[in-house]
Amino acid sequence: MFGKLSLSAFPHEPIQAGGAVSIILAMLAVIVALTYLKRWTWLWKEWITTTDHKKIGIMYVIAALIMLLRGFGDAIMMRAQLALSAGANHGFLSPDHYNQIFTAHGVIMIFFMAMPLMFGLFNLVIPLQIGARDVAYPFLNSLSFWLFVMGAMLVNFSLIVGEFAAVGWLAYPPLSEVNYSPGVGVDYYIWALQISGVGSLISGINFFVTIIKMRCPGMTLMKMPVFIWSALCTNILVMMVFPVLTVTLSLLFLDRYFGFHFFTSDLGGNAMMYINMIWIWGHPEVYILVLPAFGIFSEIASTFAQKKLFGYKSMVWAIAVITILSMIVWAHHFFTMGAGGNVNAVFGITTMIISVPTGVKIFNWLFTLFRGRLIFKTPLLWLVGFLLTFTLGGMTGVMLSVPAADFQFHNSMFLVAHFHNTIIGGVVFGYFAGFIYWFPKVMGFKLDERLGKAAFAHWIVGFFVTFTPLYILGLMGMTRRLSHYDASTGWQSLLVVSLVGALIIGGGVACQLVQIAYSFWKRKELVDHTGDPWNGRTLEWSLPSPPPFYNFARIPTVTSRDDFWEQKNNPDHPGHKKIVYEDIHMPKNSGLGFMISVAVFVCGFGLVWHITWLIGLGLLALFMFIFMRSFDEHTDYYVPAEEVLRIENQLLKRKGEC
Amino acid sequence: MKNLKSMKKIFLSNIVLFSFLFLSSCKLAVFDPRGIIASQQRDLILTSLWLMLVVVIPVLVMTFVFSYKYRASNTKAKYDPNFEHNNVLEVIWWTVPIIIIAILATITWKTSHSLDPYRPLESKVRPIEVQVVALNWKWLFIYPEQGIASVNFLQFPVNVPVNLKITAEAPMNSFWIPKLAGQIYAMEGMQTLLHIMADTPGSYDGLSSNFSGEGFNGMKFIAKASSPLEFNEWVAEAKRSLQSLSQERYGELVRPSSYDKVQYFSSVEEGLFVGIMMRFVMPVGTGESCHQPHSLSPSQSESELDSH
Repeated sequence: MFGKLSLSAFPHEPIQAGGAVSIILAMLAVIVALTYLKRWTWLWKEWITTTDHKKIGIMYVIAALIMLLRGFGDAIMMRAQLALSAGANHGFLSPDHYNQIFTAHGVIMIFFMAMPLMFGLFNLVIPLQIGARDVAYPFLNSLSFWLFVMGAMLVNFSLIVGEFAAVGWLAYPPLSEVNYSPGVGVDYYIWALQISGVGSLISGINFFVTIIKMRCPGMTLMKMPVFIWSALCTNILVMMVFPVLTVTLSLLFLDRYFGFHFFTSDLGGNAMMYINMIWIWGHPEVYILVLPAFGIFSEIASTFAQKKLFGYKSMVWAIAVITILSMIVWAHHFFTMGAGGNVNAVFGITTMIISVPTGVKIFNWLFTLFRGRLIFKTPLLWLVGFLLTFTLGGMTGVMLSVPAADFQFHNSMFLVAHFHNTIIGGVVFGYFAGFIYWFPKVMGFKLDERLGKAAFAHWIVGFFVTFTPLYILGLMGMTRRLSHYDASTGWQSLLVVSLVGALIIGGGVACQLVQIAYSFWKRKELVDHTGDPWNGRTLEWSLPSPPPFYNFARIPTVTSRDDFWEQKNNPDHPGHKKIVYEDIHMPKNSGLGFMISVAVFVCGFGLVWHITWLIGLGLLALFMFIFMRSFDEHTDYYVPAEEVLRIENQLLKRKGEC
Repeated sequence: MKNLKSMKKIFLSNIVLFSFLFLSSCKLAVFDPRGIIASQQRDLILTSLWLMLVVVIPVLVMTFVFSYKYRASNTKAKYDPNFEHNNVLEVIWWTVPIIIIAILATITWKTSHSLDPYRPLESKVRPIEVQVVALNWKWLFIYPEQGIASVNFLQFPVNVPVNLKITAEAPMNSFWIPKLAGQIYAMEGMQTLLHIMADTPGSYDGLSSNFSGEGFNGMKFIAKASSPLEFNEWVAEAKRSLQSLSQERYGELVRPSSYDKVQYFSSVEEGLFVGIMMRFVMPVGTGESCHQPHSLSPSQSESELDSH
């Protein structure tokens, strides 16, 4: 009846049970609060069924921040375990539990923290920056978001029912095959990633089409803000490589469920094939994450230096070159496979070539600051922090790209330190900067500066205290994914330092949470009526904060790169002409994106536990909902011109009041 | 001025940190090699580091200087809001990194071949061969010429090339002795090669550096480089062991266990190593696996771990 699911699947160990109970309690608290405040209809009408890119963006960001807390909790447990478990002390985590934690940490941070934060920022910013009223496919946007949520739910469900994968974040076979990992952990991994991966692919298509087709008049490709360029290239990469991930995981699924032999060691299977395929997705994935951060920093550099971005063309070409190169470097993740000198040398050299366009971008940012008037608000601090950390991360990256040297670095803590150096220093710092930068645009009030600066100080100090010891440990011969080591290795003191660093970062995270709560509390004092709190340069700042649901009452016409800056300084700019209001075409809300995703979740849960009827039920519901959507012809409507006029007048009045 | 002083302090403390790193390098296994391959790898690492610093140091300096000099409160600094393009500057920072990477690429091409783990080492001495099998979670070393085998202990004479042939009957592992040479994967049904040669006698830590499951922590061994005389004595000692490595004994060894003690085997069944690899290869025409049932079953692995 319940497949592999039985009572023994529920957690017994105290730490796991604690995690499960806290998740259940949090869910209960949300349900009780919504019922008590009678907010269920509000939740359904305003949020769950919404096709408004701004609301979807807000939900993405909230979900990402929640998952950041979970992933960070995993990180603290890992650092604490390693600081303790030398010699006779075995720490507080069993090896199996520790292995699940580091797998969950990687999976959550990449798929369920960084990706949704990226898509959240895309949702919030792309339509506003290109002068559009929504994304190209609003319904698909809602569907991608809910698919991502269901993938994340599946990962968190593994805490309550069963176990998570204990195989590392990329689930290399043969370890992830059924003979070495017979439990449901890897199945949770496969289905969580499949579901959210399809969501990412749909988003990639959506934003690609949005950027190509929906730019306002006058915004030619070479007039797009650099953030839009980076988003365009990222979404091209998403479309190119996410199908590879889907296929790879599907083949692993066939191996595990139906006894196929794609990646098994026997009967002609080849695990190296999986490792190649997963990195053909996996390496571009890190560029998918970091390119938007480059875009964010480009916007921030010119805004806070009050100066045009230096070398726009170089920037665009550098992004394009990185996009292409990122797809031909994947084998540098396994020089140690024994592919031979020629293969290794080629992939090593393509890898180090990436450092050229990346270096060019760094010089361009530096020379954007050069002869500027730097306003040291928090976003600019993150940029300076990024320039320092990311440059060092890039340096160790080139050192790793030399194959003969990589034989000594591979899989060691040096590698762990390197990729955290680039991902934290690049992606995390970048997305935080973007979050603070665009927060007032979306919410209508700024975030508190003092707490923001405190958070930055904690993060940057904590980062170096955590990861410098890991570089040294790697050179001492400490490998990754260990949960216990001999006291004679002399690693313990450095690992304790690393734990201290992680706790300092924890202080940074606490500052950020307090910052959001405090700013919300003081939102009347931090309110931004102008819509342009940073003296911005691009179109989104020409709108009120928060923008009306249709964004632009009149689709703008762009004449130059920093068009809003131009508009502010040029009285002849077309933006100053009198607006003639017209009917606005908008998408209707739809609950089907959510319902399709729930059906997919049911199906995924059934697949994890081999519950045939549940799989059938999920599939049936899925096809029914898709069928319903296909025949739904009332998907859009018009906002009458009078209504637009009324809203715009209200907004003008609010602006005038301050 | 205050900020400038604190910047100087930061630089000084960086220098102190780096020198500390190099002074304490006796503990940094990778920077304290005892084998000819690891020595060349250390030199290579340092070369790439110096080359990168040519760009990295100016970038770090500029980051500090520009952030300080062009702060909004410093109205004396030049403000040029339309300075967005300069051919000379842009050519410089496309060219300099290209030159550095061209140098590094040349070094990469050469060393990828000269330090290829598959390349036999040049030496006047006849190399010895060791077959390595990664098991759940221990290392089996078979000496075909000496007819002995050992678990979690590898001994060989100093200044003699050791040709390692590596396979596995376990999830993928990576064979690594940081002080002697970089690592190579150990995979089922496949053979990888690694060539090492120690230049100083001593006992060096060896480990698996690729995560392979629950008992991964304990998958360590000692690599001992000794004088040829001591090596011969060690072989003789192994020969006196009461255990011999038959197919049946190997079947017991394959069962999951971790933190295994050193064991010696006085003899090894003919063709064991090749047999381990062939286990995973489909015999032509039959369509059936010769994978032995003893490899690993879930129930076995659980009970073994519990008893451990």
